[in-house]
Amino acid sequence: MLAVENLEVVYNDVVLVLRGISLEVPDGKIVALLGTNGAGKTTTLRAITGLLDMHEGDVTKGEITFDGADITEEDPAARVRRGISQVMEGRRVFAEMTVDDNLRAGAYSNRDANLVKEARERVMTLFPKLADRRNATAGYLSGGEQQMLAIGRALMQVPKLLILDEPSLGLAPLLVQEVRDIIVEINSQGTAVLLIEQNANMALSIADYGYIMETGKMVMDGDPGKLLKDEDVKEFYLGLHTTGEQKSFRDVKHYKRRKRWLS
Amino acid sequence: MITGLVVLAQATADGNAFAQMLVGGISFGAIYALLAMGFVIIFKATSVINFAHGALTGLGAFLVVAFATVLDFPGRFLTSFPEWAQWTANVLTAFAVAALFGVLIERVFLRPMVGEALFAVAIVTLGIDIVVRTITNDFIGTQPRPVGAPWGLNVIDLGWVIIAWSEVIQIVVTVVLLVAIAMFLRTRTGVAMRATAFDQETARAQGVNVGRVFSVAWAIGAFLAAVAGLFYSVFPRRATGVDQATAFIAFRAFPAVIIGGLDSIPGAVVGGFAVGIAESAANTYLGFEFLGNGFPGIVGYLLMMVVLLIRPYGLFGTPEIRRV
Ligand SMILES: Nc1ncnc2c1ncn2[C@@H]1O[C@H](COP(=O)(O)OP(=O)(O)O)[C@@H](O)[C@H]1O
Ligand SMILES: [Mg+2]
Repeated sequence: MLAVENLEVVYNDVVLVLRGISLEVPDGKIVALLGTNGAGKTTTLRAITGLLDMHEGDVTKGEITFDGADITEEDPAARVRRGISQVMEGRRVFAEMTVDDNLRAGAYSNRDANLVKEARERVMTLFPKLADRRNATAGYLSGGEQQMLAIGRALMQVPKLLILDEPSLGLAPLLVQEVRDIIVEINSQGTAVLLIEQNANMALSIADYGYIMETGKMVMDGDPGKLLKDEDVKEFYLGLHTTGEQKSFRDVKHYKRRKRWLS
Repeated sequence: MITGLVVLAQATADGNAFAQMLVGGISFGAIYALLAMGFVIIFKATSVINFAHGALTGLGAFLVVAFATVLDFPGRFLTSFPEWAQWTANVLTAFAVAALFGVLIERVFLRPMVGEALFAVAIVTLGIDIVVRTITNDFIGTQPRPVGAPWGLNVIDLGWVIIAWSEVIQIVVTVVLLVAIAMFLRTRTGVAMRATAFDQETARAQGVNVGRVFSVAWAIGAFLAAVAGLFYSVFPRRATGVDQATAFIAFRAFPAVIIGGLDSIPGAVVGGFAVGIAESAANTYLGFEFLGNGFPGIVGYLLMMVVLLIRPYGLFGTPEIRRV
Protein backbone atom coordinates (compact mmCIF):
# COMPACT_ATOMS: atom_id res chain seq x y z
CA MET A 1 0.00 0.00 0.00
CA LEU A 2 1.13 3.50 -0.80
CA ALA A 3 0.55 6.12 1.87
CA VAL A 4 1.30 9.81 1.49
CA GLU A 5 1.05 11.77 4.70
CA ASN A 6 0.90 15.48 5.16
CA LEU A 7 3.22 16.04 2.20
CA GLU A 8 4.66 19.45 1.56
CA VAL A 9 6.69 20.21 -1.59
CA VAL A 10 8.62 23.36 -2.42
CA TYR A 11 10.12 24.25 -5.81
CA ASN A 12 13.29 26.34 -6.03
CA ASP A 13 13.33 26.66 -2.24
CA VAL A 14 10.52 29.21 -2.35
CA VAL A 15 7.44 28.11 -4.27
CA LEU A 16 5.22 26.07 -1.95
CA VAL A 17 3.22 23.84 -4.27
CA LEU A 18 1.91 21.01 -2.08
CA ARG A 19 0.56 22.16 1.27
CA GLY A 20 0.25 19.05 3.35
CA ILE A 21 -1.66 16.53 1.27
CA SER A 22 -2.44 12.97 2.31
CA LEU A 23 -3.65 10.06 0.26
CA GLU A 24 -3.65 6.27 0.25
CA VAL A 25 -3.63 3.66 -2.47
CA PRO A 26 -4.49 0.26 -0.97
CA ASP A 27 -3.25 -2.92 -2.67
CA GLY A 28 -5.25 -3.95 -5.67
CA LYS A 29 -7.45 -0.83 -5.79
CA ILE A 30 -7.89 1.96 -8.30
CA VAL A 31 -7.64 5.39 -6.75
CA ALA A 32 -8.37 8.55 -8.71
CA LEU A 33 -6.55 11.82 -8.07
CA LEU A 34 -8.45 14.67 -9.69
CA GLY A 35 -7.73 18.34 -10.04
CA THR A 36 -7.56 21.11 -12.58
CA ASN A 37 -4.41 22.30 -14.30
CA GLY A 38 -1.74 23.44 -11.85
CA ALA A 39 -3.40 21.83 -8.83
CA GLY A 40 -0.23 19.89 -8.04
CA LYS A 41 -1.07 16.43 -9.37
CA THR A 42 2.15 15.96 -11.32
CA THR A 43 4.14 17.32 -8.39
CA THR A 44 2.53 14.67 -6.19
CA LEU A 45 3.57 12.01 -8.71
CA ARG A 46 7.15 13.35 -8.77
CA ALA A 47 7.31 13.24 -5.00
CA ILE A 48 6.07 9.64 -4.94
CA THR A 49 8.48 8.45 -7.64
CA GLY A 50 11.53 10.51 -6.64
CA LEU A 51 11.85 12.79 -9.64
CA LEU A 52 11.47 16.11 -7.82
CA ASP A 53 15.22 16.72 -7.85
CA MET A 54 15.26 17.22 -11.61
CA HIS A 55 12.79 20.08 -11.15
CA GLU A 56 14.55 21.75 -8.25
CA GLY A 57 11.79 20.47 -5.99
CA ASP A 58 12.08 19.24 -2.40
CA VAL A 59 9.86 17.45 0.07
CA THR A 60 9.95 19.80 3.04
CA LYS A 61 7.49 18.00 5.26
CA GLY A 62 5.56 14.77 5.44
CA GLU A 63 6.25 11.17 4.62
CA ILE A 64 5.72 8.71 1.80
CA THR A 65 5.61 5.03 2.66
CA PHE A 66 5.23 2.00 0.45
CA ASP A 67 4.35 -1.32 2.04
CA GLY A 68 5.32 0.23 5.36
CA ALA A 69 8.82 1.37 4.29
CA ASP A 70 9.66 5.05 4.31
CA ILE A 71 10.66 5.90 0.74
CA THR A 72 10.53 9.69 1.00
CA GLU A 73 14.26 10.11 0.37
CA GLU A 74 14.94 7.07 -1.80
CA ASP A 75 16.30 7.46 -5.32
CA PRO A 76 13.91 6.77 -8.21
CA ALA A 77 15.56 3.48 -9.16
CA ALA A 78 15.05 2.07 -5.65
CA ARG A 79 11.36 2.97 -5.78
CA VAL A 80 11.01 1.30 -9.16
CA ARG A 81 12.61 -1.83 -7.70
CA ARG A 82 10.03 -1.74 -4.90
CA GLY A 83 7.34 -2.00 -7.56
CA ILE A 84 6.22 1.57 -8.21
CA SER A 85 5.92 2.29 -11.90
CA GLN A 86 4.72 5.37 -13.72
CA VAL A 87 3.27 6.55 -17.00
CA MET A 88 4.39 10.14 -17.22
CA GLU A 89 2.29 13.03 -18.45
CA GLY A 90 2.63 13.46 -22.21
CA ARG A 91 3.56 9.79 -22.82
CA ARG A 92 7.30 10.48 -23.10
CA VAL A 93 8.13 7.47 -25.25
CA PHE A 94 11.75 7.17 -26.39
CA ALA A 95 10.86 8.41 -29.84
CA GLU A 96 14.18 7.50 -31.50
CA MET A 97 14.06 3.92 -30.26
CA THR A 98 11.99 1.02 -31.52
CA VAL A 99 8.86 -0.18 -29.74
CA ASP A 100 10.79 -3.22 -28.57
CA ASP A 101 13.68 -1.17 -27.19
CA ASN A 102 11.21 1.08 -25.36
CA LEU A 103 9.85 -2.02 -23.68
CA ARG A 104 13.37 -3.20 -22.88
CA ALA A 105 14.11 0.16 -21.29
CA GLY A 106 10.97 -0.32 -19.19
CA ALA A 107 12.27 -3.70 -18.10
CA TYR A 108 15.56 -2.20 -16.88
CA SER A 109 14.91 -3.02 -13.23
CA ASN A 110 13.53 -6.44 -13.96
CA ARG A 111 16.59 -8.70 -13.85
CA ASP A 112 14.68 -11.96 -14.20
CA ALA A 113 14.70 -13.00 -17.87
CA ASN A 114 11.65 -15.23 -17.41
CA LEU A 115 9.70 -12.44 -15.75
CA VAL A 116 10.67 -10.08 -18.56
CA LYS A 117 9.44 -12.58 -21.11
CA GLU A 118 6.15 -12.97 -19.26
CA ALA A 119 5.79 -9.22 -18.93
CA ARG A 120 6.37 -8.75 -22.66
CA GLU A 121 3.77 -11.38 -23.49
CA ARG A 122 1.29 -9.70 -21.16
CA VAL A 123 1.94 -6.33 -22.83
CA MET A 124 1.57 -7.83 -26.29
CA THR A 125 -1.73 -9.41 -25.29
CA LEU A 126 -3.00 -6.16 -23.81
CA PHE A 127 -1.86 -4.18 -26.84
CA PRO A 128 -1.97 -6.32 -29.98
CA LYS A 129 -1.14 -3.23 -32.03
CA LEU A 130 2.25 -2.97 -30.34
CA ALA A 131 2.96 -6.57 -31.21
CA ASP A 132 2.40 -5.73 -34.87
CA ARG A 133 4.76 -2.78 -34.68
CA ARG A 134 7.52 -4.14 -32.48
CA ASN A 135 10.29 -2.95 -34.78
CA ALA A 136 8.74 0.41 -35.65
CA THR A 137 10.39 3.57 -34.39
CA ALA A 138 8.28 4.79 -31.48
CA GLY A 139 8.21 8.38 -32.74
CA TYR A 140 6.25 7.27 -35.79
CA LEU A 141 3.39 5.73 -33.79
CA SER A 142 0.10 7.58 -33.49
CA GLY A 143 -0.71 9.41 -30.25
CA GLY A 144 -2.93 6.58 -29.06
CA GLU A 145 -0.33 3.96 -29.87
CA GLN A 146 2.31 5.98 -28.04
CA GLN A 147 0.09 6.08 -24.95
CA MET A 148 -0.31 2.30 -25.18
CA LEU A 149 3.46 1.98 -25.49
CA ALA A 150 4.01 4.21 -22.47
CA ILE A 151 1.64 2.04 -20.44
CA GLY A 152 3.20 -1.15 -21.79
CA ARG A 153 6.67 0.13 -20.93
CA ALA A 154 5.57 0.83 -17.37
CA LEU A 155 4.25 -2.74 -17.06
CA MET A 156 7.56 -4.32 -18.07
CA GLN A 157 8.93 -4.13 -14.53
CA VAL A 158 5.79 -5.90 -13.26
CA PRO A 159 4.75 -3.16 -10.84
CA LYS A 160 2.66 -3.55 -7.71
CA LEU A 161 1.50 0.02 -8.15
CA LEU A 162 1.01 1.77 -11.48
CA ILE A 163 0.65 5.54 -11.48
CA LEU A 164 -0.72 7.18 -14.62
CA ASP A 165 -0.55 10.94 -15.12
CA GLU A 166 -3.41 12.12 -17.32
CA PRO A 167 -3.39 9.16 -19.70
CA SER A 168 -6.51 10.39 -21.48
CA LEU A 169 -5.04 13.80 -22.27
CA GLY A 170 -5.28 14.62 -25.97
CA LEU A 171 -6.90 11.34 -26.95
CA ALA A 172 -10.11 10.97 -28.96
CA PRO A 173 -13.13 9.75 -26.94
CA LEU A 174 -12.95 6.26 -28.37
CA LEU A 175 -9.29 5.96 -27.35
CA VAL A 176 -10.12 7.29 -23.88
CA GLN A 177 -12.57 4.38 -23.56
CA GLU A 178 -9.84 2.03 -24.66
CA VAL A 179 -7.35 3.39 -22.12
CA ARG A 180 -10.02 3.11 -19.45
CA ASP A 181 -10.70 -0.55 -20.27
CA ILE A 182 -6.97 -1.29 -20.28
CA ILE A 183 -6.58 0.23 -16.82
CA VAL A 184 -9.44 -1.91 -15.53
CA GLU A 185 -7.84 -4.97 -17.11
CA ILE A 186 -4.41 -4.21 -15.61
CA ASN A 187 -6.02 -3.69 -12.20
CA SER A 188 -7.97 -6.92 -12.44
CA GLN A 189 -4.61 -8.71 -12.89
CA GLY A 190 -3.67 -7.50 -9.42
CA THR A 191 -1.90 -4.15 -9.93
CA ALA A 192 -2.97 -1.21 -7.79
CA VAL A 193 -3.55 1.96 -9.81
CA LEU A 194 -3.25 5.62 -8.94
CA LEU A 195 -5.02 7.38 -11.78
CA ILE A 196 -4.29 11.08 -12.09
CA GLU A 197 -6.86 12.79 -14.28
CA GLN A 198 -8.63 15.98 -15.17
CA ASN A 199 -11.22 13.84 -16.86
CA ALA A 200 -13.21 13.08 -13.70
CA ASN A 201 -15.91 11.24 -15.60
CA MET A 202 -13.53 8.67 -16.92
CA ALA A 203 -11.54 8.31 -13.71
CA LEU A 204 -14.47 8.07 -11.33
CA SER A 205 -16.24 5.54 -13.53
CA ILE A 206 -13.57 2.96 -12.68
CA ALA A 207 -12.10 4.15 -9.36
CA ASP A 208 -12.67 2.60 -5.94
CA TYR A 209 -11.88 5.88 -4.26
CA GLY A 210 -11.25 9.44 -5.34
CA TYR A 211 -9.36 12.51 -4.16
CA ILE A 212 -9.83 16.01 -5.46
CA MET A 213 -7.06 18.56 -5.10
CA GLU A 214 -6.91 22.30 -5.66
CA THR A 215 -3.85 24.56 -5.42
CA GLY A 216 -1.84 22.03 -3.47
CA LYS A 217 -4.52 20.92 -1.02
CA MET A 218 -6.94 18.03 -0.88
CA VAL A 219 -10.37 19.58 -0.93
CA MET A 220 -12.52 16.48 -1.00
CA ASP A 221 -12.26 12.72 -0.99
CA GLY A 222 -14.62 9.81 -0.89
CA ASP A 223 -15.99 6.95 -2.93
CA PRO A 224 -16.90 7.77 -6.53
CA GLY A 225 -20.63 7.55 -5.83
CA LYS A 226 -20.36 10.31 -3.27
CA LEU A 227 -18.07 12.46 -5.41
CA LEU A 228 -20.25 12.05 -8.48
CA LYS A 229 -23.30 13.17 -6.54
CA ASP A 230 -21.58 16.25 -5.16
CA GLU A 231 -22.95 19.41 -6.75
CA ASP A 232 -19.59 21.19 -6.87
CA VAL A 233 -17.83 18.22 -8.44
CA LYS A 234 -20.63 18.00 -10.97
CA GLU A 235 -20.24 21.62 -11.80
CA PHE A 236 -16.47 21.91 -11.91
CA TYR A 237 -15.26 18.53 -13.11
CA LEU A 238 -18.02 16.85 -15.00
CA GLY A 239 -19.07 19.74 -17.20
CA LEU A 240 -22.64 19.42 -15.94
CA HIS A 241 -22.81 22.99 -14.80
CA THR A 242 -25.87 24.95 -15.74
CA THR A 243 -24.38 28.43 -15.70
CA GLY A 244 -22.27 29.03 -18.80
CA GLU A 245 -18.48 29.08 -18.41
CA GLN A 246 -16.56 26.76 -16.19
CA LYS A 247 -15.28 27.98 -12.83
CA SER A 248 -13.01 26.39 -10.31
CA PHE A 249 -13.24 25.63 -6.64
CA ARG A 250 -10.69 28.34 -6.11
CA ASP A 251 -13.16 30.94 -7.33
CA VAL A 252 -15.80 29.65 -4.95
CA LYS A 253 -13.47 29.71 -2.02
CA HIS A 254 -12.25 33.18 -2.86
CA TYR A 255 -15.80 34.32 -3.23
CA LYS A 256 -16.81 32.82 0.08
CA ARG A 257 -13.75 34.18 1.78
CA ARG A 258 -14.28 37.62 0.42
CA LYS A 259 -17.84 37.50 1.53
CA ARG A 260 -16.73 36.52 5.00
CA TRP A 261 -14.28 39.40 5.13
CA LEU A 262 -16.96 41.79 4.02
CA SER A 263 -19.49 40.75 6.58
CA MET B 1 33.07 17.91 -53.25
CA ILE B 2 35.73 19.66 -55.31
CA THR B 3 38.25 17.43 -53.63
CA GLY B 4 36.11 14.49 -54.67
CA LEU B 5 36.12 15.53 -58.32
CA VAL B 6 39.88 16.00 -58.36
CA VAL B 7 40.26 12.63 -56.72
CA LEU B 8 38.12 10.94 -59.35
CA ALA B 9 39.88 12.61 -62.25
CA GLN B 10 43.30 11.67 -60.98
CA ALA B 11 42.25 8.20 -59.98
CA THR B 12 41.39 7.19 -63.52
CA ALA B 13 44.81 8.43 -64.53
CA ASP B 14 46.71 6.69 -61.78
CA GLY B 15 45.15 3.71 -60.05
CA ASN B 16 48.09 2.95 -57.78
CA ALA B 17 48.25 6.41 -56.28
CA PHE B 18 44.50 6.27 -55.70
CA ALA B 19 44.68 2.96 -53.87
CA GLN B 20 47.61 4.19 -51.80
CA MET B 21 45.70 7.37 -50.98
CA LEU B 22 42.68 5.33 -49.87
CA VAL B 23 44.73 3.08 -47.62
CA GLY B 24 46.25 6.10 -45.90
CA GLY B 25 42.90 7.87 -45.71
CA ILE B 26 41.01 4.92 -44.29
CA SER B 27 43.61 4.07 -41.68
CA PHE B 28 43.99 7.68 -40.59
CA GLY B 29 40.21 8.05 -40.80
CA ALA B 30 39.88 5.13 -38.38
CA ILE B 31 41.75 7.20 -35.78
CA TYR B 32 39.35 10.08 -36.32
CA ALA B 33 36.37 7.73 -36.23
CA LEU B 34 37.45 6.34 -32.84
CA LEU B 35 37.91 9.83 -31.44
CA ALA B 36 34.69 11.21 -32.91
CA MET B 37 32.69 8.22 -31.73
CA GLY B 38 33.94 8.58 -28.17
CA PHE B 39 33.19 12.27 -28.21
CA VAL B 40 29.65 11.67 -29.49
CA ILE B 41 28.95 8.88 -26.99
CA ILE B 42 29.94 11.18 -24.14
CA PHE B 43 27.92 14.04 -25.59
CA LYS B 44 24.81 11.98 -26.22
CA ALA B 45 24.76 10.13 -22.94
CA THR B 46 25.80 12.94 -20.61
CA SER B 47 25.09 16.16 -22.55
CA VAL B 48 28.69 17.23 -22.01
CA ILE B 49 30.62 18.81 -24.88
CA ASN B 50 33.96 17.35 -23.98
CA PHE B 51 36.82 19.67 -24.84
CA ALA B 52 39.05 17.41 -22.77
CA HIS B 53 38.96 14.71 -25.42
CA GLY B 54 42.43 15.72 -26.56
CA ALA B 55 43.77 15.35 -23.03
CA LEU B 56 42.15 11.90 -22.81
CA THR B 57 43.93 10.97 -26.04
CA GLY B 58 47.31 12.19 -24.81
CA LEU B 59 46.78 10.53 -21.45
CA GLY B 60 45.73 7.25 -23.09
CA ALA B 61 48.76 7.28 -25.39
CA PHE B 62 51.07 8.02 -22.48
CA LEU B 63 49.52 5.20 -20.42
CA VAL B 64 50.32 2.86 -23.31
CA VAL B 65 53.95 4.04 -23.18
CA ALA B 66 54.00 3.66 -19.42
CA PHE B 67 52.55 0.16 -19.30
CA ALA B 68 54.21 -1.17 -22.47
CA THR B 69 57.73 0.20 -22.08
CA VAL B 70 58.34 1.62 -18.62
CA LEU B 71 56.41 -0.70 -16.33
CA ASP B 72 56.13 -3.70 -18.66
CA PHE B 73 53.05 -4.64 -16.68
CA PRO B 74 51.57 -7.22 -16.63
CA GLY B 75 53.88 -8.48 -19.42
CA ARG B 76 56.83 -8.97 -17.05
CA PHE B 77 54.88 -11.74 -15.31
CA LEU B 78 53.89 -13.44 -18.55
CA THR B 79 57.34 -14.70 -19.45
CA SER B 80 56.04 -17.94 -20.96
CA PHE B 81 54.15 -15.96 -23.59
CA PRO B 82 55.61 -14.53 -26.79
CA GLU B 83 56.82 -10.95 -26.84
CA TRP B 84 53.85 -9.63 -28.84
CA ALA B 85 51.37 -11.21 -26.42
CA GLN B 86 53.11 -9.55 -23.48
CA TRP B 87 53.00 -6.23 -25.27
CA THR B 88 49.30 -6.69 -26.06
CA ALA B 89 48.52 -7.49 -22.43
CA ASN B 90 50.37 -4.33 -21.36
CA VAL B 91 48.47 -2.20 -23.86
CA LEU B 92 45.09 -3.65 -22.88
CA THR B 93 45.91 -2.85 -19.26
CA ALA B 94 46.78 0.71 -20.30
CA PHE B 95 43.43 1.00 -22.10
CA ALA B 96 41.60 -0.21 -19.00
CA VAL B 97 43.42 2.31 -16.82
CA ALA B 98 42.62 5.04 -19.36
CA ALA B 99 38.94 4.09 -19.14
CA LEU B 100 39.16 4.31 -15.36
CA PHE B 101 40.63 7.79 -15.62
CA GLY B 102 37.66 8.75 -17.81
CA VAL B 103 35.26 7.51 -15.15
CA LEU B 104 37.20 9.33 -12.44
CA ILE B 105 37.27 12.64 -14.30
CA GLU B 106 33.52 12.54 -14.85
CA ARG B 107 32.79 11.50 -11.29
CA VAL B 108 35.00 14.12 -9.65
CA PHE B 109 34.72 17.16 -11.91
CA LEU B 110 31.57 16.81 -13.98
CA ARG B 111 29.01 14.99 -11.83
CA PRO B 112 28.70 18.00 -9.50
CA MET B 113 27.90 20.08 -12.61
CA VAL B 114 24.83 18.04 -13.58
CA GLY B 115 21.97 20.39 -14.32
CA GLU B 116 24.21 23.39 -15.01
CA ALA B 117 24.19 25.15 -18.38
CA LEU B 118 25.77 23.27 -21.28
CA PHE B 119 28.15 26.17 -21.81
CA ALA B 120 29.40 26.25 -18.22
CA VAL B 121 30.06 22.53 -18.30
CA ALA B 122 31.94 22.85 -21.59
CA ILE B 123 34.20 25.46 -20.00
CA VAL B 124 34.89 23.09 -17.12
CA THR B 125 36.02 20.46 -19.64
CA LEU B 126 38.39 23.05 -21.13
CA GLY B 127 39.90 23.45 -17.66
CA ILE B 128 40.15 19.67 -17.31
CA ASP B 129 41.87 19.52 -20.69
CA ILE B 130 44.56 21.97 -19.61
CA VAL B 131 45.15 20.31 -16.24
CA VAL B 132 45.27 16.74 -17.55
CA ARG B 133 47.36 17.69 -20.57
CA THR B 134 49.89 19.61 -18.48
CA ILE B 135 50.32 16.79 -16.00
CA THR B 136 50.54 14.18 -18.76
CA ASN B 137 53.12 16.25 -20.62
CA ASP B 138 55.26 16.51 -17.50
CA PHE B 139 55.38 12.74 -17.47
CA ILE B 140 56.01 12.47 -21.20
CA GLY B 141 58.94 14.90 -21.05
CA THR B 142 60.52 16.68 -24.00
CA GLN B 143 61.49 13.63 -26.06
CA PRO B 144 59.03 11.47 -28.02
CA ARG B 145 58.35 8.15 -26.30
CA PRO B 146 58.02 5.14 -28.61
CA VAL B 147 55.31 2.62 -27.75
CA GLY B 148 57.37 -0.40 -28.79
CA ALA B 149 54.79 -1.84 -31.14
CA PRO B 150 55.77 -5.40 -32.14
CA TRP B 151 54.83 -4.91 -35.79
CA GLY B 152 57.45 -2.18 -36.11
CA LEU B 153 57.91 -0.79 -39.62
CA ASN B 154 56.86 -3.94 -41.44
CA VAL B 155 54.74 -3.55 -44.55
CA ILE B 156 52.84 -5.76 -46.95
CA ASP B 157 53.77 -4.98 -50.54
CA LEU B 158 51.01 -6.07 -52.90
CA GLY B 159 52.70 -4.49 -55.90
CA TRP B 160 49.92 -2.04 -56.68
CA VAL B 161 49.67 -0.83 -53.10
CA ILE B 162 51.75 -0.94 -49.95
CA ILE B 163 50.04 -1.42 -46.60
CA ALA B 164 51.81 -1.13 -43.27
CA TRP B 165 51.08 -3.90 -40.79
CA SER B 166 50.11 -1.25 -38.30
CA GLU B 167 47.45 -0.03 -40.74
CA VAL B 168 46.06 -3.52 -41.18
CA ILE B 169 45.88 -4.05 -37.43
CA GLN B 170 44.44 -0.61 -36.91
CA ILE B 171 41.66 -1.08 -39.44
CA VAL B 172 40.81 -4.52 -38.08
CA VAL B 173 40.76 -3.24 -34.49
CA THR B 174 38.59 -0.28 -35.46
CA VAL B 175 36.08 -2.48 -37.27
CA VAL B 176 35.97 -4.85 -34.29
CA LEU B 177 35.38 -1.89 -31.95
CA LEU B 178 32.63 -0.47 -34.17
CA VAL B 179 30.86 -3.81 -34.16
CA ALA B 180 31.39 -4.17 -30.41
CA ILE B 181 29.87 -0.77 -29.75
CA ALA B 182 26.93 -1.45 -32.04
CA MET B 183 26.37 -4.64 -30.08
CA PHE B 184 26.81 -2.91 -26.75
CA LEU B 185 24.07 -0.43 -27.65
CA ARG B 186 21.70 -3.39 -27.91
CA THR B 187 22.47 -4.71 -24.44
CA ARG B 188 20.50 -3.77 -21.33
CA THR B 189 23.05 -1.12 -20.39
CA GLY B 190 23.21 0.08 -23.99
CA VAL B 191 19.43 0.49 -24.15
CA ALA B 192 19.59 2.39 -20.85
CA MET B 193 22.28 4.63 -22.34
CA ARG B 194 20.20 5.40 -25.43
CA ALA B 195 17.17 6.05 -23.25
CA THR B 196 19.21 8.39 -21.04
CA ALA B 197 20.57 10.17 -24.11
CA PHE B 198 17.06 10.79 -25.37
CA ASP B 199 15.28 11.77 -22.15
CA GLN B 200 17.04 11.63 -18.80
CA GLU B 201 13.97 12.06 -16.65
CA THR B 202 12.01 9.33 -18.39
CA ALA B 203 15.03 7.02 -18.23
CA ARG B 204 15.16 7.57 -14.47
CA ALA B 205 11.45 6.88 -14.30
CA GLN B 206 12.22 3.41 -15.71
CA GLY B 207 14.67 2.83 -12.86
CA VAL B 208 17.79 3.57 -14.91
CA ASN B 209 20.73 4.67 -12.79
CA VAL B 210 21.76 7.67 -14.87
CA GLY B 211 25.00 8.15 -12.92
CA ARG B 212 26.09 4.67 -13.92
CA VAL B 213 25.27 5.44 -17.55
CA PHE B 214 27.52 8.52 -17.32
CA SER B 215 30.37 6.42 -15.95
CA VAL B 216 30.02 3.86 -18.73
CA ALA B 217 29.94 6.58 -21.40
CA TRP B 218 33.13 8.19 -20.09
CA ALA B 219 34.82 4.84 -19.80
CA ILE B 220 34.04 4.11 -23.44
CA GLY B 221 35.07 7.60 -24.57
CA ALA B 222 38.40 7.48 -22.75
CA PHE B 223 39.04 3.92 -23.90
CA LEU B 224 38.47 4.81 -27.56
CA ALA B 225 40.65 7.90 -27.17
CA ALA B 226 43.47 5.74 -25.80
CA VAL B 227 43.16 3.33 -28.73
CA ALA B 228 43.28 6.29 -31.14
CA GLY B 229 46.26 7.69 -29.21
CA LEU B 230 48.16 4.44 -29.68
CA PHE B 231 47.52 4.18 -33.41
CA TYR B 232 48.43 7.82 -33.91
CA SER B 233 51.79 7.16 -32.27
CA VAL B 234 53.04 4.38 -34.54
CA PHE B 235 54.41 4.10 -38.08
CA PRO B 236 53.27 5.33 -40.60
CA ARG B 237 51.70 8.11 -38.51
CA ARG B 238 54.21 9.46 -35.99
CA ALA B 239 56.65 6.63 -35.68
CA THR B 240 58.76 8.51 -33.13
CA GLY B 241 56.04 7.87 -30.56
CA VAL B 242 54.02 9.82 -28.02
CA ASP B 243 54.98 13.42 -27.40
CA GLN B 244 53.48 16.62 -26.05
CA ALA B 245 51.61 17.31 -29.29
CA THR B 246 49.84 13.94 -29.42
CA ALA B 247 46.78 15.32 -27.64
CA PHE B 248 46.14 17.80 -30.45
CA ILE B 249 45.05 15.05 -32.82
CA ALA B 250 41.63 15.31 -31.17
CA PHE B 251 41.20 18.78 -32.64
CA ARG B 252 41.70 17.36 -36.10
CA ALA B 253 38.93 14.86 -35.32
CA PHE B 254 36.52 17.57 -34.27
CA PRO B 255 35.33 18.32 -37.85
CA ALA B 256 34.44 14.62 -38.13
CA VAL B 257 32.05 15.05 -35.21
CA ILE B 258 30.39 18.09 -36.76
CA ILE B 259 30.23 16.53 -40.23
CA GLY B 260 28.51 13.51 -38.71
CA GLY B 261 26.04 15.71 -36.89
CA LEU B 262 27.32 15.98 -33.30
CA ASP B 263 24.74 13.56 -31.90
CA SER B 264 25.00 10.64 -34.28
CA ILE B 265 27.30 7.69 -33.63
CA PRO B 266 27.15 6.37 -37.23
CA GLY B 267 27.66 9.99 -38.28
CA ALA B 268 30.87 10.19 -36.25
CA VAL B 269 32.19 7.08 -37.96
CA VAL B 270 31.31 8.32 -41.45
CA GLY B 271 32.67 11.77 -40.59
CA GLY B 272 35.92 10.25 -39.30
CA PHE B 273 36.59 8.30 -42.45
CA ALA B 274 35.51 11.25 -44.63
CA VAL B 275 38.02 13.56 -42.95
CA GLY B 276 40.77 10.91 -43.09
CA ILE B 277 40.23 10.32 -46.80
CA ALA B 278 39.90 14.03 -47.58
CA GLU B 279 43.20 14.76 -45.84
CA SER B 280 44.89 11.90 -47.59
CA ALA B 281 43.50 13.00 -50.96
CA ALA B 282 44.65 16.56 -50.40
CA ASN B 283 48.12 15.31 -49.56
CA THR B 284 48.27 13.03 -52.56
CA TYR B 285 46.73 15.17 -55.28
CA LEU B 286 46.65 18.81 -54.37
CA GLY B 287 50.27 19.21 -53.33
CA PHE B 288 49.70 22.22 -51.14
CA GLU B 289 53.27 22.13 -49.84
CA PHE B 290 53.52 25.88 -50.23
CA LEU B 291 50.77 26.21 -47.62
CA GLY B 292 53.01 24.51 -45.14
CA ASN B 293 52.95 21.30 -43.14
CA GLY B 294 49.91 22.42 -41.23
CA PHE B 295 47.70 22.11 -44.25
CA PRO B 296 46.41 18.58 -43.69
CA GLY B 297 45.12 19.81 -40.36
CA ILE B 298 42.75 22.27 -41.98
CA VAL B 299 41.37 19.98 -44.68
CA GLY B 300 38.92 18.52 -42.20
CA TYR B 301 37.70 21.99 -41.29
CA LEU B 302 37.29 22.92 -44.96
CA LEU B 303 35.28 19.76 -45.54
CA MET B 304 33.24 20.57 -42.45
CA MET B 305 32.36 24.03 -43.77
CA VAL B 306 31.29 22.62 -47.12
CA VAL B 307 29.09 20.00 -45.45
CA LEU B 308 27.54 22.57 -43.13
CA LEU B 309 26.67 24.80 -46.08
CA ILE B 310 24.68 21.97 -47.60
CA ARG B 311 23.45 20.32 -44.40
CA PRO B 312 23.51 22.68 -41.41
CA TYR B 313 22.99 19.82 -38.94
CA GLY B 314 25.63 17.57 -40.38
CA LEU B 315 25.05 14.41 -42.36
CA PHE B 316 23.15 12.51 -39.66
CA GLY B 317 22.39 15.14 -37.04
CA THR B 318 19.06 15.90 -35.46
CA PRO B 319 17.86 19.33 -36.63
CA GLU B 320 17.17 20.49 -33.12
CA ILE B 321 19.34 19.04 -30.46
CA ARG B 322 17.20 18.38 -27.46
CA ARG B 323 18.09 19.81 -24.12
CA VAL B 324 17.32 17.80 -21.04
N1 LIG C 1 9.69 22.94 -11.86
C1 LIG C 1 8.83 23.79 -11.30
N2 LIG C 1 9.28 24.92 -10.72
C2 LIG C 1 8.42 25.79 -10.15
N3 LIG C 1 7.09 25.62 -10.13
C3 LIG C 1 6.57 24.52 -10.70
C4 LIG C 1 7.42 23.55 -11.33
N4 LIG C 1 6.64 22.57 -11.82
C5 LIG C 1 5.37 22.91 -11.51
N5 LIG C 1 5.32 24.08 -10.86
C6 LIG C 1 4.13 24.74 -10.34
O1 LIG C 1 3.52 23.91 -9.40
C7 LIG C 1 2.12 23.95 -9.53
C8 LIG C 1 1.59 22.57 -9.69
O2 LIG C 1 2.03 22.04 -10.92
P1 LIG C 1 1.74 20.55 -11.36
O3 LIG C 1 2.10 19.66 -10.26
O4 LIG C 1 2.37 20.34 -12.66
O5 LIG C 1 0.14 20.57 -11.51
P2 LIG C 1 -0.84 19.61 -12.31
O6 LIG C 1 -0.10 18.39 -12.68
O7 LIG C 1 -1.96 19.35 -11.36
O8 LIG C 1 -1.31 20.37 -13.51
C9 LIG C 1 1.82 24.87 -10.69
O9 LIG C 1 1.48 26.13 -10.17
C10 LIG C 1 3.11 24.94 -11.44
O10 LIG C 1 3.27 26.18 -12.05
MG1 LIG D 1 0.21 17.60 -14.55
